[in-house]
Amino acid sequence: MTDRPALVLRSLVKRFGDATAVDGVDLDVRKGEFLTLLGPSGSGKTTTLRMIAGFTVQTSGTIEVDGRDMSRVPPYEREVGMVFQNYALFPHMTAAQNVAFPLQMRRFGRSEIKRKVADALALVKLETFGERYPRQLSGGQQQRIALARAIVFEPRLLLMDEPLGALDKKLREALQLEILRISRQVGATVVYVTHDQEEALVMSDRIAIFNHGTIEQLGDGEDLYDRPVSLFVADFIGESNILRGRFERTADGAWLVRAEWRWRVSARQADRHGLAHDSAAALVVRPERLRIEAVETGLDAQWNSVEAAVTEVLYLGSSRKVELVLPDDRSAVVRQPIGELDGDLHAGQRVRLAWRVDEAVLVADPNG
Amino acid sequence: MADSWRQPRRLLLLAIGSLTVFFLVAPTLVIVPMSFTASQSLTFPPEGLSLRWYTKMVTDPQWTGGFANSAVVAVLTMLLSTVLGTLAALGIVRGRFPGKSGAYALILSPLIVPVIIIAIGMFSLYVRWKVTGSAAGLVLGHTALAVPFVIVNVGTSLRTMDRNLELAAMNLGANPSRTFFRITLPIILPGVVAGALFAFLTSWDEVVVAIFLTTTRFRTLPVEMWEQVRQVVDPTVAAVSTTLLAITTTLLLLILVVRRQTPVR
Amino acid sequence: MILLRPFTPRSGRRPSVGLSINRWAFLALPAIAYLLVFFLVPLIVVSLRSVTEFPKPTSDALSNYARFFAAEANLRVLANTFWVAAISTIACLAIGYPYAYLMNIVRPRIAGLLLIAVLIPFWSSLLVRTYAWQVILRDTGIVNSFLLDAGVIDEPIPLIRTTLGVILGMSQILLPFMVLPIYTVMRRIDPEYTKAAANLGAPPLSAFLRVFLPLSSPGVLAGALLVFVLALGFYITPALLGGPKDTMISQFIANAVQRGNLDWGIGSAMAVVLMGLTLAILFVASRFVRPQDVFGSLDEGS
Repeated sequence: MTDRPALVLRSLVKRFGDATAVDGVDLDVRKGEFLTLLGPSGSGKTTTLRMIAGFTVQTSGTIEVDGRDMSRVPPYEREVGMVFQNYALFPHMTAAQNVAFPLQMRRFGRSEIKRKVADALALVKLETFGERYPRQLSGGQQQRIALARAIVFEPRLLLMDEPLGALDKKLREALQLEILRISRQVGATVVYVTHDQEEALVMSDRIAIFNHGTIEQLGDGEDLYDRPVSLFVADFIGESNILRGRFERTADGAWLVRAEWRWRVSARQADRHGLAHDSAAALVVRPERLRIEAVETGLDAQWNSVEAAVTEVLYLGSSRKVELVLPDDRSAVVRQPIGELDGDLHAGQRVRLAWRVDEAVLVADPNG
Repeated sequence: MADSWRQPRRLLLLAIGSLTVFFLVAPTLVIVPMSFTASQSLTFPPEGLSLRWYTKMVTDPQWTGGFANSAVVAVLTMLLSTVLGTLAALGIVRGRFPGKSGAYALILSPLIVPVIIIAIGMFSLYVRWKVTGSAAGLVLGHTALAVPFVIVNVGTSLRTMDRNLELAAMNLGANPSRTFFRITLPIILPGVVAGALFAFLTSWDEVVVAIFLTTTRFRTLPVEMWEQVRQVVDPTVAAVSTTLLAITTTLLLLILVVRRQTPVR
Repeated sequence: MILLRPFTPRSGRRPSVGLSINRWAFLALPAIAYLLVFFLVPLIVVSLRSVTEFPKPTSDALSNYARFFAAEANLRVLANTFWVAAISTIACLAIGYPYAYLMNIVRPRIAGLLLIAVLIPFWSSLLVRTYAWQVILRDTGIVNSFLLDAGVIDEPIPLIRTTLGVILGMSQILLPFMVLPIYTVMRRIDPEYTKAAANLGAPPLSAFLRVFLPLSSPGVLAGALLVFVLALGFYITPALLGGPKDTMISQFIANAVQRGNLDWGIGSAMAVVLMGLTLAILFVASRFVRPQDVFGSLDEGS
């Protein structure tokens, strides 16, 4: 890709006194990409966003927007648009005046402002709401006006700080698609912050998972889901079954060992994640990759298994979710598409859970 | 019922409350009907009704002069203290500097220091600067007394304002100065106006400092009243008082209305 | 190519260590400077004038103070000031606490009306209010006329030029300053506490005395201190409603200063004593009461 990235963060650090909020972040965002910063609260994603916007000055590191170094550029000269979680619409101005504001700051002509404002309002499907004041608009409408205001001046970069956090689920889902549609239509590069992993998966081209001030993994949904590099990522994205134990390398292969059980693991994965012999590790198996077999079923070397007892069977329309309990009292979850069911299950039934060795992910266990 | 055992207590409290309200309000209101008395002395109920004392008030140059002087001083005080106070509120609420709590204490101290001390101090100094006996000296003195009210009012508006609005403005291309005039100021305007009205009232009603900083040639209304009240029992004072009550009531209602106008965030 | 230069923040935008000043701070300068010159300097001048022969103080630099404390009449003025201030404070407390309690337990709508009623005294100037009391309490005033007409008394009771008159006038003016801090604190008391006390077997009076009252004490303290401090400095009201023996310290100061240069010294000395008393009480108060309870806090987010 020879195109210059829309945004480059290099070794970005932010310290507040003794506390380090952002601890060395490197990121390249491609033009037109929708990239989400995902993580729990306090992980540094919002602080990073605010540094890109220029509201906070970084302790060290560089920020480049479209190749231009932003070190000495104040927020009002950065040409990045921002949508706030609480909308931040100016209460003493109408919706149209709000949208017109950035154009007035850039000294566009009167008629051109009128035209651009109308276009922006049409884009968010609120053409007739221009004369309303923010307090006369619903939450979803306010958010769309905020979006219109952020894109009307065609910024190089669009930043969104948990914009849908204050809305209820249905509205959120509708607006997620709206935001996606609009950003694609204007060809914007978007950096989106959220703590909701479903939202991230729905909207993003790539996701950067933040943990304790750094990016733990960067990739698209599939990368993060199928190939998490750490227990944190595995736990954060989607549901997972986690088996903890110790990683052991023996003459006959690589294993995760726990009490009297032994499961085969991928030595290559162990190397990739830097696991040493006899270190704490965990196996992550997604609910769709677990198969329920009869207890006495024999399995070849490509499969691992553990005994379990069914606790609950839930029919979810297009799939079945089975909750089980393992011999060490930990719980497990299996999801099966309805079309592939073979036989009924009832609570209390003893079964064997099986998974292919190469469909599980081995990661280090920092809490082991 | 949960509240039944409190019923007699409640009645007692309500009785005390009503008496207190009566105590607070009635004495002052007594003046109003008395100002319309036709007789030379103040009695309640008034003997006959007439507007003669009001007529005297608007024709007697001492009273009209007092009104005019008070108005000039109050308006100038309002303007000066609003500017100083609004800037200071921004500095105190948004600012970080060593000794901030000390500065805040200084700013609030005119409300606490006994006014007689302030009065003789100002008299001592302003006499040397030759600003007594004129509007200038009074404005200087009253502004010091009024600034705290402006700061408290504007400060409240500032504290409840959503800072994100200013960040949004900057993000959209407004530099700090444009952000202030187009976003911050319109939003804190109710606080500024309320502060200004309080400043006006403070100067308009102020007696003690005025006694010391005025002379027989230049007097404000409260000083005029003070002189009259101690010597002559002339119902004109009642007429003046009623007029003052009407004016202050209007201004305070204005303040109430203005404070309600805070734009919803 | 991507530059890998480490970034050093410009000083002035957001200094990270050391002296922490941001740009907003400078906006407070005009007002602070103004108050220093036109408010604080006058106070300093008064203090200096109280010292005999300033700037060359002789051995009897404090002679003004000595002169004051030597005369018994003057000491009576001082004592009377404390006495009147104390009685006014107690009166305001006796009326104000139940009133604040009432505001606390009624519906918000009525509480609002009660609040307005308490703020109404601010609608009229101190002078007008004191004048009104003068009119009411005179020998030919409303109270006496009413009592005479009703046959309760044969001669007018002296109500004006008495301590009673002064206290009535001062209490009416100071009442809001007692009610507001108490109400503010009462509002923050969780009603669950008294309910819990009732649930644990406390009869209503007990619950009130042992749970609610102690919890409301910061407000009481704040209100009482504020009222006392303000009462010490009263001038207009005792001048109009009180007799010669009710003279308070502010009147003393005013009279001394108005007599001319000779007595500026003693007047200033008394002003300094009054200032000192006020500051001392406030200092003691600040140990027990947070200024936020009375004035509202300094910073944002509260």
